[in-house]
Amino acid sequence: MTSYLIFTLTIGGIYALLALSLNLVWGSAGMVNLGLAGLFGVGAYASALATGAGAPVLIGWAVAALAGVIAGLIVNFATLKLRDDYLAIVTLGFAEVVRLVALNERWLTKGADGISGIHAPFKAALGPAGFNLAYLALVTAVVIVVWLLLNRLDASPYGRTLKAIREDQELARFAGKPVLRFKFQAFALSAAIAALAGALYAHYQSYVSPDHVQPLLTIYIFLGLTAGGVGRPAGAVFGGYAVVLFIEATRFAAEVVPGLQPVQVAAIREMLIGAALIVLLHIRPQGLLPETHPKAPRS
Amino acid sequence: MSPLSQALINGVMTGALLAVPAIGFSTIFAVLRYPSFAIAAWVTLGAFAGWLANTKAGLPALPTLIVAFLAAGLIGGLTEDRALRRLRPAGALTVAIASIGLNIVIENVIRFVYGNDLRGFDLPLKPDLRFGGIRIGPQQIENFIMALAIMVSIFLFLRFTRFGRAMRAVADNPDLARLKGIDPGRIALAALMLGCGLAGAGGVLIGLDTSIDPLTGFRVLLSVFAAAVLGGLGSIPGAVAGAFALGIAEELALLVAPPTYRTGVGFIAILLMLTFRPRGLLGEKAM
Repeated sequence: MTSYLIFTLTIGGIYALLALSLNLVWGSAGMVNLGLAGLFGVGAYASALATGAGAPVLIGWAVAALAGVIAGLIVNFATLKLRDDYLAIVTLGFAEVVRLVALNERWLTKGADGISGIHAPFKAALGPAGFNLAYLALVTAVVIVVWLLLNRLDASPYGRTLKAIREDQELARFAGKPVLRFKFQAFALSAAIAALAGALYAHYQSYVSPDHVQPLLTIYIFLGLTAGGVGRPAGAVFGGYAVVLFIEATRFAAEVVPGLQPVQVAAIREMLIGAALIVLLHIRPQGLLPETHPKAPRS
Repeated sequence: MSPLSQALINGVMTGALLAVPAIGFSTIFAVLRYPSFAIAAWVTLGAFAGWLANTKAGLPALPTLIVAFLAAGLIGGLTEDRALRRLRPAGALTVAIASIGLNIVIENVIRFVYGNDLRGFDLPLKPDLRFGGIRIGPQQIENFIMALAIMVSIFLFLRFTRFGRAMRAVADNPDLARLKGIDPGRIALAALMLGCGLAGAGGVLIGLDTSIDPLTGFRVLLSVFAAAVLGGLGSIPGAVAGAFALGIAEELALLVAPPTYRTGVGFIAILLMLTFRPRGLLGEKAM
């Protein structure tokens, strides 16, 4: 039971990082990123390959973040000047292409088998139980650091500019803000965080495969962020953990119904997740921890 | 020469099948202004409705197509309208995200009932026809003709009926259309039913060509998006042009790339088109 709890909390931390990443682009800058799973996969594979070639784990994570930024550049350069619905379509396509490359380029990614035996730092010294606990502490620490940094960013003039762009791009441009540069930087930073989450996951599980690049992962994060509160880093962190609990709860809910095939249980769980997203958008689109608006200074 | 002309022929066939759901997607986008990801679910729903009509009731291809159009149009149109209508004031992106949720729900309802197995339509087997080294299946020709017939009927509907003209008026300028006494709610429902119906018919065309399972719609979703973006988002003639262009591009790319990269072609095509001509072949402004 304890190990199940530790596992759930570690995955919750990784989802919280993804939700923080999504909050930065969607919550702050108003850009939809449906390619989150793709960026997660890019980070996981990049770090797996870098450490597999002999790089230390920290270098592997830096490579992952860099790979995320480059991937962000690729999906962004064509759509940055266009309406936001174009970005939604392109990012969805990007995630699918990452999955296809992971599946087909066997020389690099070992295809559908995935890469196993990814270096788990200090696992030999700590033993499996000690490693899991230490890794939980590490992931939690990364979540806290990223959370604090993004909170700081949110309150800074930079973060306020992003929100101004979200509200009215034309007005922000009129006020002399370089809108495209802001949007690109936000997307690149967000991509780096998502890729880092992927790298953390890869070294935790010692395994990554094309199955980890499923569009469903992106939906989980959208659900979590919507539940937690779009536009507020605290909401993203809360939402990341909450969605993992919800996914685990659907496991038990679906098992209550007797006599179902495994595929039917899986179908019920996915139905609940899709339905939860629609219901949340209807009844509480601002989330449980809504965005706070600083008071305008008195003039 | 033969592999090239074979690829071109296959591309035109693929493009025709793709054009039908792409017109559906573009109809919804033109009137309601959001990219509906649920279109994937309606493709699958239509494919399964058609499959039931074909294998259980023994209907041949054409009536099967009509059954799929009606089933997807009624169920899809009403469901998407009811489930997402209240979100429309919150903006296109919110509706688009909710449509992803809707897509997951419908896909999994179908998975719950039918499982993940591949299913094929029950069709008489006929040998391929050969024209100087180029092979075409008779079923492919039939599908192609049915797809063309659907495109022509949609064009006539939008061009000459009162309802079709009202729909184009709302797509063009919703405020002006309202001033003229057109009820935007009714037009939105009609556009959804038409769009979902076309998606369903496209599902049968794809199923007749290959086989179906709960992910049939999702697999074709990127190609539908790519066709719509290539032609220009929201433009119906554009969706047709984009679908043919994409179909040919996919088949030509398969001459040099492994077939599993088929959907990757759509992505590259979108990136190139958005970089050099964001409005697409026949579209409006994209900024």
